[in-house]
Amino acid sequence: MTFALRGVGVRRAGAVRPALSEVTLGIEAGEQVALIGPSGAGKTTLLHVLAGAIQPSDGELSAFGELPWQLPHGARHALRSRIFLAPQTPPMPPRQRVVTAVLAGCLPRWGFWKSLASLIRPAAPDAAFDALARFNLQDKLYERVDRLSGGERQRCGMARLLVSDASALLVDEPLSALDPTLSRQTLAVLQQEAATRRAVLVCSLHQVELARSLFPRIIGLRDGQVVFDAAREAVTDQMIDALYHHAAVTPAPETAAGDLSAQPVRGARC
Amino acid sequence: MQRPPVPPLMSRSTAALLLGLLALVAASFHSLSIKWGDLFSADALRSSAEFVAGFVPPELASAFLSRVGGALLETLSMSALSTLIAFCAGLLLAIPASGRMGSSLRAATRLLLNVLRSIPELVWASILLIAAGLGPFAGTLALAAHTGGVLGRLFADTLENLPRAPEETLRINGASPLAAFLYAALPLAWPQFVSYALYRWENNIRAAAILGVVGAGGLGQMLKYHLSLFQMQQAATVILAMLVMVALVDAISFWLRHRLME
Amino acid sequence: MIGALLLAVLCWPMLVYTEFNPLTLLEAQSLEATWRFLSDFFPPAHSAEFLMMALQATWETVAIATAGLTLALLGAVPLTLMATSIVSVSQLESGRMRLAGRLLRQAVRWLLVLLRSVPELVWALLFVRIVGLGPTAGVLAIALTYCGMLGKVYAEILESSDGHATATLLENGAGRLAALCYGALPEAAAELLSYTTYRWECAIRGSVVMGFVGAGGLGQRMDESLKMLAGGEVASMLLIFVLLVACADGISSALRKRLG
Repeated sequence: MTFALRGVGVRRAGAVRPALSEVTLGIEAGEQVALIGPSGAGKTTLLHVLAGAIQPSDGELSAFGELPWQLPHGARHALRSRIFLAPQTPPMPPRQRVVTAVLAGCLPRWGFWKSLASLIRPAAPDAAFDALARFNLQDKLYERVDRLSGGERQRCGMARLLVSDASALLVDEPLSALDPTLSRQTLAVLQQEAATRRAVLVCSLHQVELARSLFPRIIGLRDGQVVFDAAREAVTDQMIDALYHHAAVTPAPETAAGDLSAQPVRGARC
Repeated sequence: MQRPPVPPLMSRSTAALLLGLLALVAASFHSLSIKWGDLFSADALRSSAEFVAGFVPPELASAFLSRVGGALLETLSMSALSTLIAFCAGLLLAIPASGRMGSSLRAATRLLLNVLRSIPELVWASILLIAAGLGPFAGTLALAAHTGGVLGRLFADTLENLPRAPEETLRINGASPLAAFLYAALPLAWPQFVSYALYRWENNIRAAAILGVVGAGGLGQMLKYHLSLFQMQQAATVILAMLVMVALVDAISFWLRHRLME
Repeated sequence: MIGALLLAVLCWPMLVYTEFNPLTLLEAQSLEATWRFLSDFFPPAHSAEFLMMALQATWETVAIATAGLTLALLGAVPLTLMATSIVSVSQLESGRMRLAGRLLRQAVRWLLVLLRSVPELVWALLFVRIVGLGPTAGVLAIALTYCGMLGKVYAEILESSDGHATATLLENGAGRLAALCYGALPEAAAELLSYTTYRWECAIRGSVVMGFVGAGGLGQRMDESLKMLAGGEVASMLLIFVLLVACADGISSALRKRLG
């Protein structure tokens, strides 16, 4: 089992409600899961917990059969290199070249000196080129990141995922800046990649129809709790309606952790 | 499969700039012929250790402390008085330098201000020693000369950037140029002037502490004196006094600015 | 009225402490000395021999500033990395740094404060005692003071830059230094370089001043000429100095414009 969560809760200092509470679920290697739910439901927090980026305040997380929060500091950090988290706001410095931004996905397996040298002369431009080509962005290889449109930037973030060698891919709202056609293409690339690597793919989505038509397993999240966790066929329209019911009227208060990557870029992490 | 394009080369000017910088650094180290060997030899290390050990314990006899206190007050007075003089001089020079008395006078005053400004306080002090003799008076004048240049330039820029309308209106209504300046321009610029002056005062306290090294009074003069007699413990006390003074001034100005910002 | 009185009361002790007495300027003796000195200013010394010497001293000043700043940079970079919290993995995980990390960070910050609080001239005075007269003392003094200044400001620049890119790289398992180089550095690089250039300009001014305590360069020559009351030499060296500062100012603002 790639991920196993038992009674995981996340409480942030100063927040009224916990960002996540009592989340129990397991994800097998090679599984592809869509995470849906209204804004502020805790999708981003859940992805960050899976990535080992934030420590759950209750419960237990195991990843690849290990308990990251009981490992020593260094071993936990090494475990992170087997998991790739692509945040919703593409984490790319505007003044960097696209090739460097994409190759940053290789950093966990590169030594320090190789990383440093690659800043001046890209170490693996072919890999970056191939990754970009799968999103039709190969022309942008040596462009600066701030010349890209929002959608291009988002797909560049995905290209970084392709060059990493992680065996768990966590993607936060990959489609928020894309039109419907690009959305389908992008999801197809992600699913194909996960399938060839036999990697876990967990993808948080706002496009419920896409989630239901493309992902075999769907987890519905609301107010930090799992409302349902079912195979695609078992998810009914009523379940979806209930999940989003009234959500627009009483938006859940967003905590600092809850929508980490939905914040504007500057000062997103304090 | 399509192959990636070759990476664009570094632009020629960037490469030239980098090479130039490297050459400058290399030439600097080469021409200075710093004797690293001497610096890190066992002998040098031992003598520097002895030198440093000579500083402890700092001299704390009350008679000496009161002399340090006197020098400290002298330093503070030098900085305050020189800032005051520089403020007045800067104000007077800023009027012609802001172009209110014709463009040729503007150019001439700006040149004067630039010369005043680009000669450091310490150089001013050692020149003024000839006219004013050893002691804090020369130091005060030196600080005032440099600071006057800095403030005059800042004041003139502020005056030039002021909105013109209030002053023009008064002029059209028949007020004299001086009256118009005093009643329209000055009130607008005043808060900015004061904040510049306070900022420079903070700078001047640091500068006043070291001016004495060339004989212009204050803590610096004591430091130089005791160091030249190899009285390390006394020198240590003076250095500590400088550090405490600078830290205090920093803390006060930080606190003041925090208060003003709220 | 009361304000003026208050000012007078405040000013009086200051006038006493600074031995403020403009009349000394007008005493016959000092007037004569000043007049002799100033009348020597014209014409400025311009013999080929003197100019060669002045040129060499000017280069020495620039070299002291450049070498000192290079050493300062070598010291400041590792200290900055220790002082900044942007690459703290433990802070990322739980919002707090580990105790050891916090202690190290605080210790480095205090070291930086100490380095920059001692004026460069005082460092120079001390080093002249240790390594003797000459440029080495100047280089070391600039290296120490500017190490403190650069370290502090570098850490501030890195910390005020956007942490999202760096945090994401850390979350994906990148090493700290690599995460910094690929996350925060591209954004901060221009500001870092521009501040360094500005400090180079300051170091040139500083290295002239340090010459007065025997740390080599133009300052030392000027001090010698001043002691001999050689007005012509002082005048040329002041001219050279003003030109040098203007040049450094021009070069550094051109560089900064290019970066910005």
